[in-house]
Amino acid sequence: MTLEHPVALAPADRAVQLLGGDLTEKSLRLHLEGLSGVDAVGLEQRAASLGTRSIKTTSKAWAIDTIIRLVDLTTLEGADTPGKVRSLVAKALQPDASDPGCPRPAAVCVYGDMVPIAVDALGANQGLDTGGINVAAVATAFPSGRASLAVKLADTRDAVAAGADEIDMVIDRGAFLSGRYGRVFDEIVAVKEACRRDDGSYAHLKVILETGELNTYDNVRRASWLSILAGGDFIKTSTGKVSPAATLPVTLLMLEVVRDWHRLTGEQIGVKPAGGIRTSKDAIKYLVTVAETVGEQWLTPHLFRFGASSLLNDVLLQRQRLRSGHYSGPDYVTVD
Amino acid sequence: MSRLAVPKTYKLYIGGQFPRSESGRSYEIVGAGDRFLANAAKASRKDARDAVRAARAAQPGWARATAYNRGQVLYRVAEVLEGRRGQFADEVAAVEGVADAEALAEVDAAIDLWVWYAGWADKFAQVMGNANPVAGPYFNISVPEPTGVVAAVAPQSRGTSLLGITAVVAPAILSGNSIVVVASERAPLSAISLSEVLATSDVPGGVVNVLTGSPAEIAPWLASHADVNALDLCGAERLEWVDLQIAAAQTLKRVLTPEPGVPAATLERIGFFTETKTVWHTKSML
Repeated sequence: MTLEHPVALAPADRAVQLLGGDLTEKSLRLHLEGLSGVDAVGLEQRAASLGTRSIKTTSKAWAIDTIIRLVDLTTLEGADTPGKVRSLVAKALQPDASDPGCPRPAAVCVYGDMVPIAVDALGANQGLDTGGINVAAVATAFPSGRASLAVKLADTRDAVAAGADEIDMVIDRGAFLSGRYGRVFDEIVAVKEACRRDDGSYAHLKVILETGELNTYDNVRRASWLSILAGGDFIKTSTGKVSPAATLPVTLLMLEVVRDWHRLTGEQIGVKPAGGIRTSKDAIKYLVTVAETVGEQWLTPHLFRFGASSLLNDVLLQRQRLRSGHYSGPDYVTVD
Repeated sequence: MSRLAVPKTYKLYIGGQFPRSESGRSYEIVGAGDRFLANAAKASRKDARDAVRAARAAQPGWARATAYNRGQVLYRVAEVLEGRRGQFADEVAAVEGVADAEALAEVDAAIDLWVWYAGWADKFAQVMGNANPVAGPYFNISVPEPTGVVAAVAPQSRGTSLLGITAVVAPAILSGNSIVVVASERAPLSAISLSEVLATSDVPGGVVNVLTGSPAEIAPWLASHADVNALDLCGAERLEWVDLQIAAAQTLKRVLTPEPGVPAATLERIGFFTETKTVWHTKSML
C-alpha cells in the first residue's frame, strides 16, 4: 500500500489517509493492535551487534562532529534560572572555546517559561534553517503529562507564542496503557494544532513516548505508530526523568517504525533518543544504528537528535583528544 | 601424591578492580637465572586512560576523608602487609634473585615506610601550613591541599620492587591525592601483590591504580594527559624524560625529576604533591 500524498499533512490527515474516513477509537485500536509483535530477543541482539562496530580515526572525527550537530542541548531542572539558560545558550553558540571551528548543536531545550530567555539570548542566531540554533520547549505538563487538555494546550500555545521553534510534548501514558488510544490520539492532534503560529506555519512537534513507562516493546511500537498517525514530526524516547530512559533497542525499534512509515508514505519522521546518553561512545552506537536502519540521510538535525546535557562535554573531550593528540580533561570544558 | 601448582595471574589494578589489559597483551617476568616466574599484564594507553578516569573519580572522596582517617588507612596497609611478610619476601627473593634475609629486609623497610608516612597524614599540614603575619586585622592562613591526580613511574632499578613503589605511592596519597603508578617493568609482581593489600585495607578503589608493562610506552600518555595534575618521574631515568617534562608542561603539571634508587622519605616529597591555599578572615568586626 502506498499513499499518494507524501507531503506534510494537516493534523489527523495521516490517520485518515491510512485508516479511512471513519476514524474511530475502534478503527485506531484495530490498526494498532493489528501491528505484528516485536521479537524482543532479535531486537536486543540486533541492537547489541550494531553497538560493536569499531569507529576510529577519520570516521570517528566525522562521527564526533555529527553528534555535536545533532545534540539538543538540554536543561530541564526545577532549579533552572535565566542565568543558567543564558550560559546554556552561550555554550551552544560556542561549544569549545579553544576551537572556533567547532560545530554547533541543533537546539537548546528548556522549560516553557525559559523560552523568552533563550530566544533573547540567541538573538539573530535563532533558527536552524538559517544556520543558527533552534529553541525547543517541553510542554503539556512535562514530564508527567498529568494535566487537563486545556492546560496542556495553553502550555503549548504559550511556548509557541514566546518563540519556540520546536515543542516536545509528552503523551498521556496512563490513557495509553489503559487502552484509550483515541484519547492519546486526540491530544496529540490538538497539541499539533496548538503548535500553529499566526502565519500558519507549525512549530516542530516532538512526541515523547516515555518508553520507560510503556513496559513492553509492543507498546513502544504501537505508541510510535499512534504518534506518527496523529501528526508528530519527531518521536522521542523519554523525558529523561524516568529510568530507564533511552536505550539502543528501543531507539532501534522506533527507527524501524520510522523506516516502515517512510516505505509506506515516503514521508520522513524524526527520532530523538533522550536521557542516559552520556558518552561519545554511546552516541556513536546510535549513529551506527540510524545509518543501518533508516539510512545515512537521517543523520541530519531535521531527522535525528540526541536529547542530552552531559553528552556534549564528553564529545568535546574526545574532539580535543583527536585534535591535540593527548587525552583531555574536564578542566578544558565548561562546568555545567 | 603430587599436587598441581596453581600459578597466579598478575593483572592490573584499576579503580579497585583487577582487570586484564584492555589490549589483551601480557609479558613474561623472569627471576634469577632467567627462570620464568609469571605472566604480567602489559598495559596499553587505554588502560592508562581508564586508570586516570578511576583516579579522578576517587580523588574528591579520598580528599574529603579526614586527615586522621587517611593516616589510619595508611597504617592499616602496613598492618596487612605485616601479616603477609612471608609471601612478599618470597616474591621479592624470587624476582630480585636475592637472599631471603635481604628480601625480608626490603619488605620490612617497606612496611616501616608505610607507618612513617601514615604518621604524617594528620601532621604535615601543621608543619607546612602557616598563620601568616599581615598588616591588618585579619587572620591569614595558608594550608596545603592535595593537587589532585598524580601519575608516577615507580623506581625501575634492581632491589626496589616493593620498597620503590611504596616510596612513590605513600607520600602522594597521604595528603588526599589519587595516583596512577607504572610499576617496575622488570619486577612488577610485588606491586600487584601490594595492590591486593591496598584493595583489602580500606583504601578506596581508584585512589591507587597500578599499571604494569612498559613505562616507555605508557608514560608519554600520562605525561600529556590533561586530567593529571602532577607527574613523578622517579624511575624514569632511562626514558626520554625531558620530553615527558615538556609534555607535562603543556598541560600545566608539577614534575618531579628522576632519582636513582629509592627516593628518600622526606616531608618535601609530601609537600610537592600539594597546593597551598591561603585564606583571609577578619579578626573581629570592630
